[in-house]
Amino acid sequence: MASSFFDLKARKAAAAAAAKEAVPTTAAKDSQRLVPWVEKYRPKSLSDVAAQDHTITVLKRTLQSNNLPHMLFYGPPGTGKTSTVLALAKELYGPELMKSRVLELNASDERGISIVREKVKNFARTAVSTASASSTSQYPCPPYKIIILDEADSMTQDAQSALRRTMETYSRITRFCLICNYVTRIIDPLASRCSKFRFKPLDVENARERLGEIAEKEGVRMEDGVVDALVRVADGDLRRAITYLQSAAKLHNPEKYTGTDEQGDVEMEDSDETSGKVGEVVTVRSVEEIAGVIPEDVIDELLKAMTPKPGRSVYPDVDRVVKGMVADGWNASQTVIQLYNKLVYDDVVTPDQKCEIVLVFSEVDKRLADGSDEHLQILDLALRISGIMAK
Amino acid sequence: MPQLWVDKHRPRSLEALHYHEGLSARLKSLANSGDFPHLLVYGPSGAGKKTRIVATLKELYGPGAEKIRIDSRVFQTTSNRKIEFNIVSSNYHLEITPSDVGTYDRVVIQSLLKETAQTQQVDLAAKQRFKVVVINEAEHLSRDAQAALRRTMEKYSPNLRLILVANSTANIIPPIKSRTLLVRVAAPTKEEIVSVLEEVAQKEGVMWRRKLAERIADESGRNLRKAMLMMEAVYAQNETVKDTTTIPPPDYEALISQIAEDIIAEHTPARILLVRSKLYDLLTHCIPATTILKLLTFALIAKTDDALKADVIKWSAFYEHRLHIGSKQIFHLEAFVAKYMRVVESWLMGMEF
Repeated sequence: MASSFFDLKARKAAAAAAAKEAVPTTAAKDSQRLVPWVEKYRPKSLSDVAAQDHTITVLKRTLQSNNLPHMLFYGPPGTGKTSTVLALAKELYGPELMKSRVLELNASDERGISIVREKVKNFARTAVSTASASSTSQYPCPPYKIIILDEADSMTQDAQSALRRTMETYSRITRFCLICNYVTRIIDPLASRCSKFRFKPLDVENARERLGEIAEKEGVRMEDGVVDALVRVADGDLRRAITYLQSAAKLHNPEKYTGTDEQGDVEMEDSDETSGKVGEVVTVRSVEEIAGVIPEDVIDELLKAMTPKPGRSVYPDVDRVVKGMVADGWNASQTVIQLYNKLVYDDVVTPDQKCEIVLVFSEVDKRLADGSDEHLQILDLALRISGIMAK
Repeated sequence: MPQLWVDKHRPRSLEALHYHEGLSARLKSLANSGDFPHLLVYGPSGAGKKTRIVATLKELYGPGAEKIRIDSRVFQTTSNRKIEFNIVSSNYHLEITPSDVGTYDRVVIQSLLKETAQTQQVDLAAKQRFKVVVINEAEHLSRDAQAALRRTMEKYSPNLRLILVANSTANIIPPIKSRTLLVRVAAPTKEEIVSVLEEVAQKEGVMWRRKLAERIADESGRNLRKAMLMMEAVYAQNETVKDTTTIPPPDYEALISQIAEDIIAEHTPARILLVRSKLYDLLTHCIPATTILKLLTFALIAKTDDALKADVIKWSAFYEHRLHIGSKQIFHLEAFVAKYMRVVESWLMGMEF
């Protein structure tokens, strides 16, 4: 087997052949369509991962060298950390062997110190299972297992310290991959044992491309600017953008899927070609509504009410608008963000005023994060900014 | 069985809902699409979040979802402490309020959701293959519990759908938001409240007074549940109801406006002492300190000079924040009272002190 082990070309050909054989059946299609698009379009291979060129290049090189370091992936949510490691594992082992060679633990599993001592350690110390001939011909199947600790920043300090020695003792047969949002929450001794990979937020181009691709495959009809709106509200988080896209498509086009019939089986109606009825088009506004973005005119109204008026108090106007916004359920932190973006780029406000205003924003944001009452805080924010602008 | 009007006339199906027709239509189409997403329903209280969820569940599963029972379960924490937890459930869905158990909510979320998610729908006649878990007061879930939800939502999505209910989305971590469909339920407008009240009055066969209903709608602060309760109270207390019948405010509101008057009348330490006992009275009756502070602020604001309003709001917001990070509520309520007196006094004297 060793000869074919490093023969990348032959392996790739075999993998491609295997992929071709798997013709999607209708049954597979049925279960597929109940899957969220985020899962459905999760990158299948390392080359599919969008916009993390540097990391992917490094990983591919380590794939070829047949030796993998312990890894620490960090970066904001929705940038492809979990997808990358899953794709990597798949390229290493193939779908069959992955079950016995990869252990995935995340924050939804109990992950206290006892689990690290028992489950992780036990898995780490078991001998590597022998790969079947069919998998070795298609995949590298290196002689080690991978333990993926997803959302590692929510592990306790104790649990992390318990990992230290385990990582070293069994490094011959086990590799660890830690995934987290905040690298600072990983204790230093762990971080120094891993090679770090930073995942940066997706740039607009890549996100747009991927979203367009998915929309096309799913047959979503969109008005102009929807993709841009998705990218804007998602803020570099591709998962969020895809979820929003799916929700919007579902809201506008539920007819595309028929309901369940009496047997409880789900049938799919090929509405794309046969039925003459054209589905609704996804609009920018509905995307924003799903994302919880407040309409511009509401913010403008608040700004207008806040503008100092000579000779009389702004209080009654501000009070009325804020009351309305609270009753309409607009999110306070979203209000803070949108108001902030408006004011900071407003040329009428002088730089000195902006400095003071930003201070107020930081204070209110902190208070909201502490769980303060939204009504009072927004009212306070509006009145204080108004006071600063009157100076 | 005698029931409050609020429960008696609660709409039971999506068709019967009164306002937000667009939203109801969307919920209906989502429920019938066979691919129901995770939902995060948010909006102010009394806007009809729960009513909509119950109606959606009925749309999903049929009348079976209305047969509910209450179970009590015991969970064991890692430190071997036993905690008891109540679960409202039907054959098809569970309803939990994890904030009941405080900091142990993570344990409950982890064990309960996993258990639910790992078993498939038992009832073969069920319309959906998945079960629904409704999580109330989701904004009070601890960070740990929310982190625990993240992966569960993805991993077990074939068997499990979550509906999170929250008053605001401010304390929900972004990963959860990005995995759910956000549904905003705005409070009904005044006209919508009036029309709902009219329908209830007709069904109950009581005298309909439009003017009175409008006043109730005003007083309720766009909270339909409150409006309904107020209306029932008015009709229960008076034999003949006229347009001018006074609407009795809830006891605590009456007491708070009395406190406000006390504060305005005199700015002395003796007055603070007097107010303190009343504040204690409210707290011992389990009125949330935030509610007290808010009502008190708005009662005071109404009788304060325009020039001071921004200042009063500033301090109110300040002490409200203190309520959340501090431990003893009465301190901050009293501090606000003292601060108000000081602000007003220094303004009256025309100097800072």
